Amino acid sequence: MKRVELPERELLGRGHLACAGCGAAVSMRLTLKALGEKTVLVIPASCWSIIPGPWPYSSLRVPVVHAGFVTGAATASGLRAALVRRGLEEVLVAVWAGDGGTFDIGIQALSGAAERNEDILYICNDNEAYMNTGTQRSSATPCFAWTTTTPTYHPKENPKKDILAIMADHRIPYAATATMAYPHDLIRKMEKAKERRGTRFIHLLSPCPPGWRIPSEMSVRLSRLAVRTRVFPLYEIEEGKVTIQEESLKEPLGVEAYLKVQGRFAHLKAHEVEGFQKWVDGEWERLMRRARC
Amino acid sequence: MKRIITGNQAVAYGVMLSHVDLIAAYPITPQTTIVEELSELCARGRLKAQFLKVESEHSALAACIGASTGGLRTFTATSSHGLAYMHEMLHWASGGRLPIVLVNVNRALGPGWNIWNDQTDSLSQRDTGWIQLYCEKNQEVLDTILQAYRIAESLSLPVMVVLDAFVLSHTSEAVDIPSEEKVEGFLPPFASPNTLDPQRPGAYSGITPPEYYLEFRYKIQKAMEEVPEVACTVNQEFKNRFGRGYDLVERYGKKEARVLLVTSGAVTSTARWVIRRMTEEGKDVGGLKVKMIRPFPCEEIKEAIRGVEKVAVIDRNLSLGVGGILAQELRACLYHQEKKPPVFGFVAGLGGRDITPEVIEEAIEYTLRRSRPESDLLWLGLKR
Repeated sequence: MKRVELPERELLGRGHLACAGCGAAVSMRLTLKALGEKTVLVIPASCWSIIPGPWPYSSLRVPVVHAGFVTGAATASGLRAALVRRGLEEVLVAVWAGDGGTFDIGIQALSGAAERNEDILYICNDNEAYMNTGTQRSSATPCFAWTTTTPTYHPKENPKKDILAIMADHRIPYAATATMAYPHDLIRKMEKAKERRGTRFIHLLSPCPPGWRIPSEMSVRLSRLAVRTRVFPLYEIEEGKVTIQEESLKEPLGVEAYLKVQGRFAHLKAHEVEGFQKWVDGEWERLMRRARC
Repeated sequence: MKRIITGNQAVAYGVMLSHVDLIAAYPITPQTTIVEELSELCARGRLKAQFLKVESEHSALAACIGASTGGLRTFTATSSHGLAYMHEMLHWASGGRLPIVLVNVNRALGPGWNIWNDQTDSLSQRDTGWIQLYCEKNQEVLDTILQAYRIAESLSLPVMVVLDAFVLSHTSEAVDIPSEEKVEGFLPPFASPNTLDPQRPGAYSGITPPEYYLEFRYKIQKAMEEVPEVACTVNQEFKNRFGRGYDLVERYGKKEARVLLVTSGAVTSTARWVIRRMTEEGKDVGGLKVKMIRPFPCEEIKEAIRGVEKVAVIDRNLSLGVGGILAQELRACLYHQEKKPPVFGFVAGLGGRDITPEVIEEAIEYTLRRSRPESDLLWLGLKR
């Protein structure tokens, strides 16, 4: 993995309200290290609506505009227009949305903004369910996973949406996946996205200890396993060109290594683990085809 | 300069003269000609605004919220289902104390699909924390937009300017379009102390726990209570500068009339004509136009109704299960009066059916004939 210098600045302060081991807290800390002070965050309803702290506190050392669930990309479009008109072009407007706010309820506004190629960075912090409301399934929840609305005796039947392909097919200038287990890669991608103009999209996988039913010390290991099993390959799509990071090109581990340590998959039978592996292999082939084109 | 223009063109000229910075909108009949006209004005550089052509009404208002937070003067327009779709964002705008101006062209809600005039769309948003100003004619539409920005920005509250589908939106009238210089003296550039400063970390519209939420609502309510006075001052200044104005409520016709007909919106101009004719025939009737419905100008209405024996209201709207909304508001407003005139609540013209002079006359005759209404909801022109 290409090493970059990790900036010393800390724009996530003490006293935030994230759960112990929250992947999204580490992701935010690393993201802000990369994006820097000249950033304004737009946060539609998600765990991060709560984590910065209630009025009159904020643990984030950049301005935050909290926004309606549906509206991350639309609110950011208006805010970016305002900053440009005020001559503050160097200030980055970054949306930080959950998977619900991106894959589900916010996808219309996001698609609209991407079609207009709004000059914003959209970050999807994906913890694979509605974690802030207590772990209900979203269209980012993997198949077979337990959630409170997909009980173990009737787990989710459909695989998650391929959000990166959806976004890349809007022909936006930059789309990438990243996870906090690979901070150098995450920071490099954030820095690259920051320098681009137009709609940029970064998909972060952020393990959630209570929602994934894992011990809090497991988040980093889980993100790494997600990459090493190709459940969550690291890659970027620039102007349509796919580059897969070397970490994801290594000989993969079987998905069982990833599934067996998570309570949300504890009910899986052998044939379901096999089915999951098949799905991961199929997705990898799709990605390789895309990379070859 | 006077020009013959439609109500929707009057909206566009009002927006242009207000030097709006950002427009975000999505098309819906009968609002569409507003966005078309504004697109033209922007494309030709006559209005130097950024126009975000978004993918929905919900995003239109969200984009205005983002831009207004960032310090821009913003505008959007919609109708009916579009306004209903914006409902959530209406709360975000008022809760965020953002002085956005929105034009709603009244249109009935489906099903059945109906594109015609009906005030239920805007009136069913009366609890969202927006000031609501209803217009009677195209000149008033243009002028109200200029006033709306003044009121909105004085109190950090959003304003909805409302006009009737087709009767105003697509009907041409002579409208005086004031010069830019004259408007500039009336409406200074937008500057808000709440504008987002990238160098000042902080949170907008974040989690507000039970310890504080009540106080935030209290402050919005207090600002709402200031609206009538601010609006009167703004209107007086407007009158001084432009030689015309619009009171929050306007009493017209015979001063000592014992029966008063209350209307809001374009139907008022028909009512004026009917009342003049009936007064000439010796009928004891006058008129009251209600321009502002939120906040409800109760004191002004009580003052205007003093001495009146019976009140008739024609509502071109319906709160299903209750009746006409303006009638309801009036009854609540008059409840604590010692001498309460009975309120005759008529509902007419839903879904764009014409409210003709005959319909208005029927309502007045009914009220003149009876001491009390037979029921709280009286239908006009209903085919049984």
